[in-house]
Amino acid sequence: MFLKYFIKQASYFDSITLMATTSVLSDLPDVKQVLMVMASEAGLEDLAIAGLLPPDLPALAATDLLCVVQATTEERAIAALAMAEARLERQDTLPAGSADAPAKQVVRSLEQALKVNPQARFVSISVPGPYAALECELALRAGLHVFLFSDNVPLEAEISLKRLAAERQLLLMGPDCGTALLQGVRFGFVNVVPTGPIGIVGASGTGIQQVMSLLAAQGLGISQAIGCGGRDLSEAVGGMTAGQGLRMLQDDPETRVIVLISKPPAPAVAEQLLSQAAQSEKPVVVCFVGAEPVAWQHFASVDLLIAENLTQAATLAAQALTGKLSPILPEQGVSEKQALLAPTRRLVGLFAGGTLCDEAMHLWKHQLSPIYSNIPLRPEWQLQEGIRGHSAIDFGDDAFTRGRPHPMIDPSQRLNRFEVEANDSSVGVILLDMVLGYCAHPDPATVHAPTIQAALERARTEGRPLACVISLCGTEDDPQSFSRQARQFRAAGAEVYLSNVEAALRCLALLQEQEGR
Amino acid sequence: MSETISPVPGVIALGADLFANELEAQGLNVTRVNWRPAAGSIEALGRVLTDERVDAANQQALERMLASRPMLVDVRPAKEMIPVLNERCLLHAGPPIAWERMCGPMRGAVIGACLYEGWATNEQEAVQLAEQGGIKFLPCHHFQAVGPMAGIISPSMPVSIIEDREQGNRTFTTLNEGLGKVLRFGAYSSEVLTRLRWIQEILGPALGRAIRQLGGVDLGILMAQALQMGDECHNRNKAASSLFARELAPALVETSSSAEAAAVLRFLAGNDHFHLNISMAAAKAISLAGSNVPFSSLVVTMARNGVDFGIRVSGLGEQWFTGPAQMIKGLYFAGYSEADANPDIGDSAITETCGLGAFAMAGAPAIVQFIGGTPADALRYTSEMYEITVGQNSRFSLPALNFRGTPFGIDIRKVCRLQMPPVINTGIAHRQPGIGQVGAGVVHPPMECFEEAVQALAKALLR
Repeated sequence: MFLKYFIKQASYFDSITLMATTSVLSDLPDVKQVLMVMASEAGLEDLAIAGLLPPDLPALAATDLLCVVQATTEERAIAALAMAEARLERQDTLPAGSADAPAKQVVRSLEQALKVNPQARFVSISVPGPYAALECELALRAGLHVFLFSDNVPLEAEISLKRLAAERQLLLMGPDCGTALLQGVRFGFVNVVPTGPIGIVGASGTGIQQVMSLLAAQGLGISQAIGCGGRDLSEAVGGMTAGQGLRMLQDDPETRVIVLISKPPAPAVAEQLLSQAAQSEKPVVVCFVGAEPVAWQHFASVDLLIAENLTQAATLAAQALTGKLSPILPEQGVSEKQALLAPTRRLVGLFAGGTLCDEAMHLWKHQLSPIYSNIPLRPEWQLQEGIRGHSAIDFGDDAFTRGRPHPMIDPSQRLNRFEVEANDSSVGVILLDMVLGYCAHPDPATVHAPTIQAALERARTEGRPLACVISLCGTEDDPQSFSRQARQFRAAGAEVYLSNVEAALRCLALLQEQEGR
Repeated sequence: MSETISPVPGVIALGADLFANELEAQGLNVTRVNWRPAAGSIEALGRVLTDERVDAANQQALERMLASRPMLVDVRPAKEMIPVLNERCLLHAGPPIAWERMCGPMRGAVIGACLYEGWATNEQEAVQLAEQGGIKFLPCHHFQAVGPMAGIISPSMPVSIIEDREQGNRTFTTLNEGLGKVLRFGAYSSEVLTRLRWIQEILGPALGRAIRQLGGVDLGILMAQALQMGDECHNRNKAASSLFARELAPALVETSSSAEAAAVLRFLAGNDHFHLNISMAAAKAISLAGSNVPFSSLVVTMARNGVDFGIRVSGLGEQWFTGPAQMIKGLYFAGYSEADANPDIGDSAITETCGLGAFAMAGAPAIVQFIGGTPADALRYTSEMYEITVGQNSRFSLPALNFRGTPFGIDIRKVCRLQMPPVINTGIAHRQPGIGQVGAGVVHPPMECFEEAVQALAKALLR
């Protein structure tokens, strides 16, 4: 195996450019691994983790780009590097003013962008964390609302930025906010949904996408979807953005029903937001994915509904809109009373969306135990190398995305894992979530379906049961088209559900069916 | 603004193109920022960028600099104007440096100055004197003086005196010797020393008389005109030198013998760079006006000694922030290459500090070929510098940019945030003493000067 690298000093490329280049190089024959990182401490650590840290590396600065290729032959490695360099050089020369276009000037700072575009009220920030905090502060000081996709923003910075935003009556969505829909404008990973009366405040991007997709399937539209970032409802941050979002939706004339989505918040924050929601003149549906709803049931009223999961949240929101509220929560078919299953085969969930992973594990935990995961429900269920049991893996977790694209953009890591699991005769059911919409992979079915089909056929010829369930989050109007994607997955032999809850429950039923055979 | 959801007429996008693409696809007016990570400590940068005291101080420093009115008022022996030169002392370009670390051209100029002043009778004696600590070496900038290349100012040299009519400050600079074998490039042959003596005995006094007769020369006006005639007042000084000679000629003839007047005018006619030193001292007067404003992050000095590049910042007093002087990218005269070149040297980057030189490149397309560029590149050089400055100098307006003032007031915060160091036009000195200029091109200061200054300013803000 040959390891080759090149360094481009004092050049910055955004991570998406690097990822695009990485993924082109990875497809070259005989190329085993490619990693392109800015040579920061974190970048070098990523290389070390991947086993790609060249031993003879000179001293580098965080502003140096490092590209490392591992290939089976030296020529292939060198060829891949040359290709990478050529691609990056093209990027490098793109913005520079050329002789025939001296007037077109490159905008290098927020301040300059404001001069060019004085109408701008919003800024979308997706630069690396520590820098993002500063850009965000400057944007807020300039009076802009902020969509802050970047993660790794220090917690103290998040708190002071959110205070600053509140002071200036500006909206700071994030850090680590992937999804927002404001005044019809889609920021980040969003589905194409009709405009309508339901407003969402959410600390989970895929959670928001699941609810908006379920509502869209019923023909119900969204007024606004305000993302808060994953840490907003922690004790330290205190739900500042969520509270602000709730107030905005309460005042927003287009919004008639409000949905609040989060992973289980800090108890004090939950109390505070629920008290705020209880005073709302509009019905509010609250879904703390994974929290035991009984914990908050004392807040519940005709206008404040506590949902157990995202599917139920969408159902309750629809009912609140029409006023046809059933006093009893819809039966989900799972409860602690049900007996623990002891299937001979394993259930494996491979997720791109962390909240969907979490939601599925909570549905499974009553009947399957333990469920190993990289985001485990219990510390002792931490997924480790060599553990063979029921498992649910969140491929969107930092451990998988450092220096690599998110599985919603680049499916390769998860697809490799799928093949491994599908070839394992102890595995009976595999659940994959697919998130459609803007910014997501343009055609996940075309990428996944052949592998799924091959795996199912192989299992069939080997005479062992294997089922594949797809939790397909998206809408018909998404660029990928829900029905087209669903058709392709079904043609490959997979079952497809829009509701992640239904998909997860179907997995349990399939496991039981396999026992009967 | 009330806490309601505003409409989204326009969006600014920093970072991944993916998001900007999707926003654009929605028909929004999206402005993409070609973002790069900032240089140096992001914490320190955050502090200096978000403290409003810095903005207020910069405004004050900028206003003072814009108000500066540099006038050439006289030419006198250096030791009369700079008291420290009554000791055995030489002033040099750039930040402080000891003899041991000096580069070839500066050592040559020191030897030449020793011979010129009669402190030594030959090279060996001069070297010995310097090695034994017999000469005090101090930066020109510490005495409001500037010198191109080696920048050596010795006691007997005549200096031009520039007075800021607004602030009352005075700045000083030597008289330019011309090109070829000259002291500022480290030459010390008898030809060089003979010329220095002629400058001391004839040129200096004659210019002094003429300037006094005129009641001074308004350098702001002269340089503004030169900019519109194709100079950038650093690497190209043809227009300014010509205007200067034209303005001075009648008074010269009136105050000198005809033989002396002719010799002086012939010297001026043969020296395209005569006005460089004067422009530098004018720039020094302007930047001095903006110095010592507490908390200001504006650069008031950029200077090189051939080994170190140093900057000083308005709000940080006399402290130098240094890094290694860089090699210059440019065109070499026939027979020379980068192997012959000395790293960046001279106080002349004071012109860029004041929005001249490379900052005014848009006005000097004729010399853009030094960097192998086109007139469009000249426009780009100037345009880019607006991004690291807090204002523009409307006195120095550029026809090619629709009479926009040159970029003015370099902000260390912007330099670090955009990781965009100022650009400097400069001559290239041969690394051996006495050979002279071997080319010209552009160079950048090392980023660490600015990074360290940002850290120091962040500390100053905490006190």
